[in-house]
Amino acid sequence: MKKQVAIELKNICKYFPGKVMANKNVNLTLYRGEILSLLGENGSGKTTLMNMISGIYYPDEGQIFINGEEAVIRSPKDAFNYKIGMIHQHFKLVDVFTAAENIVLGVNEGKKFNIKDVNSRVQDIAARYGFSIDPKKRIHEMSVSEKQTVEIIKVLYRGADILILDEPTAVLTPQEIEKLFAILRKMREDGKSIIIITHKLNEVLEISDRVSILRKGEYIGTVETKKTTQKELTEMMVGQKINLKIERVKTDFDKPLLEIRDLCVNSDDGSLAIDNASFYIRGGEILGVAGIAGCGQKELCEAIAGLRKIESGLIMHKGENLIGLSPKEIIRKGVSMSFIPEDRLGMGLAPSMSITENLLLKTYSEAKGPFVDRGRARIRAQKLIDDLNVVTPSTETPVRLLSGGNVQKVLVGREIEANPNVIVTAYPVRGLDINSSYAIYDILNEQKSKGTGILFIGEDLDVMLALCDKIMVICHGKIMGIVHAEKSDKEELGLMMTGSLDLTEEKKGKNYGIAKDSNLTEEEWKEVKVSSEKDDSQETLKND
Amino acid sequence: MTEQKSLHEPLFHISKRAALPWWKAWLIRAAAVLAALVISSIIIVIVVGENPFKIFASLIDGNFGTSYKFWTMLENVALLLCVALAVTPAFKMKFWNIGAEGQILIGALAATACIMYLGDSVSEVLLIVFMIAAALIAGIIWAVIPALFKAFFNTNETLFTLMMNYIAMNLVVLFINIWVTSGSGVLGVLSKGHFPVIAENKSLLTVFVVAIVTALMFVYLKYTKHGYEISVVGDSLNTAKYSGMNVKKIIIRTLALSGAVCGLVGVLLVGSVHHTLNSSLADGRGFTAIIVSWLAKFNPLYMILTAFLVVFFQRGANQLASDFYASRVTEDFGDIIVGIIFFFIIGCEFFIRYIVKFRKKHKETATASDFLSEGDNVSDGQDNEPAALKDNALKGEK
Amino acid sequence: MGSVISFLSGAVRIGTVFLFGSTGETLTEKSGHLNLGIPGIMCFGALGGCIGVSMVGSVTFLTVIVAMLCSFIFAGFLGAIYSLLTVSFRANQNVTGLTITTFGVGLTNFFGPRVNDSAFFAASRDHFTHLFGFYKDLGWFGDLFLSYGVLVYVAIIIAVLVSLFLSKSKTGLHLRAVGESPATADAAGINVTAYRYLSTVIGSGIAGLGGLFYIMDYLGGSWEYTIDAMGWLSIALVIFTVWRPNLGILGSILFGALYILAYYIPVPTTYINLLKMIPYLVTIIVLVLTSIFGSKNVQPPAALGLNYFREDR
Repeated sequence: MKKQVAIELKNICKYFPGKVMANKNVNLTLYRGEILSLLGENGSGKTTLMNMISGIYYPDEGQIFINGEEAVIRSPKDAFNYKIGMIHQHFKLVDVFTAAENIVLGVNEGKKFNIKDVNSRVQDIAARYGFSIDPKKRIHEMSVSEKQTVEIIKVLYRGADILILDEPTAVLTPQEIEKLFAILRKMREDGKSIIIITHKLNEVLEISDRVSILRKGEYIGTVETKKTTQKELTEMMVGQKINLKIERVKTDFDKPLLEIRDLCVNSDDGSLAIDNASFYIRGGEILGVAGIAGCGQKELCEAIAGLRKIESGLIMHKGENLIGLSPKEIIRKGVSMSFIPEDRLGMGLAPSMSITENLLLKTYSEAKGPFVDRGRARIRAQKLIDDLNVVTPSTETPVRLLSGGNVQKVLVGREIEANPNVIVTAYPVRGLDINSSYAIYDILNEQKSKGTGILFIGEDLDVMLALCDKIMVICHGKIMGIVHAEKSDKEELGLMMTGSLDLTEEKKGKNYGIAKDSNLTEEEWKEVKVSSEKDDSQETLKND
Repeated sequence: MTEQKSLHEPLFHISKRAALPWWKAWLIRAAAVLAALVISSIIIVIVVGENPFKIFASLIDGNFGTSYKFWTMLENVALLLCVALAVTPAFKMKFWNIGAEGQILIGALAATACIMYLGDSVSEVLLIVFMIAAALIAGIIWAVIPALFKAFFNTNETLFTLMMNYIAMNLVVLFINIWVTSGSGVLGVLSKGHFPVIAENKSLLTVFVVAIVTALMFVYLKYTKHGYEISVVGDSLNTAKYSGMNVKKIIIRTLALSGAVCGLVGVLLVGSVHHTLNSSLADGRGFTAIIVSWLAKFNPLYMILTAFLVVFFQRGANQLASDFYASRVTEDFGDIIVGIIFFFIIGCEFFIRYIVKFRKKHKETATASDFLSEGDNVSDGQDNEPAALKDNALKGEK
Repeated sequence: MGSVISFLSGAVRIGTVFLFGSTGETLTEKSGHLNLGIPGIMCFGALGGCIGVSMVGSVTFLTVIVAMLCSFIFAGFLGAIYSLLTVSFRANQNVTGLTITTFGVGLTNFFGPRVNDSAFFAASRDHFTHLFGFYKDLGWFGDLFLSYGVLVYVAIIIAVLVSLFLSKSKTGLHLRAVGESPATADAAGINVTAYRYLSTVIGSGIAGLGGLFYIMDYLGGSWEYTIDAMGWLSIALVIFTVWRPNLGILGSILFGALYILAYYIPVPTTYINLLKMIPYLVTIIVLVLTSIFGSKNVQPPAALGLNYFREDR
């Protein structure tokens, strides 16, 4: 029996001004009742392509056929009419609405609106596919996986036959991923067609029937999952055979540079984000931090950099207490912190300012007098551009006009230019292609060889296992254990990330996360602790 | 089949431009002003029934006709410019201070209070010093109150500063009622606290002071550390925090500066321009200045131009009101023309920031070259569109 | 007793101006657009209404209908200009709003005297000022509840309808979604542009009726130039009632009471302005308190003041 075609894309092109082509002559076919993986690195144009099917973007060229007829999808509404629904990576939900209110948004049922009917219909759909959901719960009270459930039900509520999921597993625990996959399989049996965007090969092999690959906006090809291997997919994805091994530079570890004991930090909503954490970083080592999104990574970074109030505990840098110092004083001590948020530009760089001006961000106040010294910064910017091969028309180009890899090079370059002795870096390769990622790893390794201590907060466990010396796993703000990367594997990390395995439990009472060769004696630690508690009551306002 | 479908394509499609050369951007703005003047002329003909050229001649006469008119115009430009300068640092930070009106009034009130309570007991020079200090401090306080709440509790500053205006206005009337025992509610011309007159020209001092403020503000925003911090906070709040800037301090400090400059305008109004106080002393400049500053892209030098544009029509309208009294033209006519011009300038920014692409047939759009390149006149595609559509429809039917 | 009744009914009457303004502005703000052009729009609505009256003359009750229609259309027209600039051209909302106010006040003050025919208005005003002629027979009850002109009742009905529309109807849910998160609404297939245009134009039209009421009913058909001050108080009322038109009914009476309080309590005229300040002060206090302690339900619409461009990421 010939399979029915659900969607066919022909020669789709999309341009964005000032950037390279996002999609170039893409052809893609989706059959009824199949799960198709759309594979590609970050920035390969997967999301852009799917946004054109779901009506967020309009293609500059090319045609879309749905059930054999040419379709014009100008808006998400048009997409719904073609029974296409997309679950975006960044959830599109109204925070102050309930689940049911979000689900019914934009649906024309042709009868009187009654939220109670909606609630019960939501329950019906949930029961059919095995979701658990409370339709009356408000979104801002929900966990990430609950929000995702709302998104999926939203699409099903509209009777979508074609579902597009954009990186649905990025925010889930391995157990939640299993649950999601089970639901997707149920939908396939129900005759739905599903496109799942991902860059994780194991998931591709596990869930999909066929895999289509994009590279740098171009369509590379489609293969049947059963007849392919991880290796083949990788080659198609990255274009050339590359050595996936990331080098782990061997260094002689120094004394602990940064020692953290019994640290407690609150999140913005006042709940405990970091719960009694103790660990240390030595000079010349990379300590990885793994955890599910939102498990306290951001709060940890901010606490070290002096940007977040510390509830209790100590942060000692070379034997000196960092708590109570202003963010600027901490920078001057040589502690650098950079955090790449999901939108990439928001936390380390000022997007509409030039490379030169961005380079000044942490050092502008050092110039004497009331003026900013742009002349010297321009020379430094030029040096950074040359050293790291940043592709840019000039030092005065606003960073928002640079491509992702170059933006991150500027950011990381600025951090190492200040010659820090501790680097705290969160997601430095977020959204980068493989070559740019490797450039960043090289920079980190180079710093490591120079004796810098590095705290690397990452997403990709494979990379962390290859790059880091040790990996610390956090679950809901609690340290689950610190393992040697060479002796660990993904399963172990995954279990710890979800809280199923707690290594600290076994070694209770053994001073977990405390260096034997600390810069301070135990007596000195106690003294600092006492004096910092005294200061605490007087100086809480200092950082404001 | 397929060709019929393509009829349903969007007629046009909007996307962001990368950047437009500055001269093209200014050409578009000039065209917008010109278009606004044409529309205004049509309105003049219809409503007033006068020759628009006569009206425009009268406008020019109102601004440049005599030396007195010229200097009054310059003084008004200076005052409006100064308020625009005051609100600019806050706007660059995306802090919407629409409370300049109140900050000016409270400054003027403080200066007047100095005259009322100290005028008889201290020397004229000392009095002026007190007036200036009091006005600046009052302006600072009025601006810093909403800034504190913004910094610590993220209270909406647009609405807060708006409300502060009316509290200031009521305070002014309150004190006038206290001071004017006759109950007329009008404070006459004050005999004390007059600022020195330079070269026998009453307007020169204001113009001179504002020229200095303009230069200082330009340097402050462009070259100083404070100016740099303002740019960073305005561009990305999180980046500012992550690079160790004390954002709360920057917000409060910048608003203090804003308030101080507004207070300066207040004391100039009392000490040099009007020598009296009333609740409409600021004359809506606090609001107009927002538009002046925004149209000038927060650049103090461009602001001279935009402030002049506004004052030209406002002053000109006063002249119209006397020249065309028979046609029942009032000075409000200036606001109408200024409004129309602003609409066009505000609207034209869209065409500077975005590009509108009109779609053609599929097969013809095989290459990128079919898309309008930057700066191409957007109406190019528009004219061809209906014909192309008709063509298409015919083919579909066959 | 009598003075209390006349105080309360006076508060209701002047409060009606604020109620029209704030109901209209709330509808607009719920779509995410902060329209600071409301003062100018209320002025222009007053002008439109007066033109309507002078067109029909004081024939019948039809005068009121035509006046309301004209007022709505005039005010809606300025709302449409605002929408064109902010929704389609994505211009800054504060700047555009303030320009609308300048323009609207200028237009009204320019043309107002031309349509102002006081004898004419005096003849027409009776159609506006008292809907139920028999209220005098009902004592205090009549004075308090039935002594008003038709527009007072219209204002309350509109406020209740808008309130129900926002909280109960599907379209209202969509509108709130547009104001909270336009990207979400857009992805759900809601036409963000249409919602923003309509809520701004209709909201402006409603606010315009406030101007008409002020001239024809409250002032009894005499022209005045101070309508824009009413507009700013209306915007204050929106904040004071945390974006709820049903609370706006009570809030408008409170604001009205504060506005006329000075005439009813023995305060030396010198200090009247201390009382006039109170509405603004309490608005600031509400604004501050909600920002410090407020739950998610009393916050401004999350996208208030932000323009939406689908391809912005």
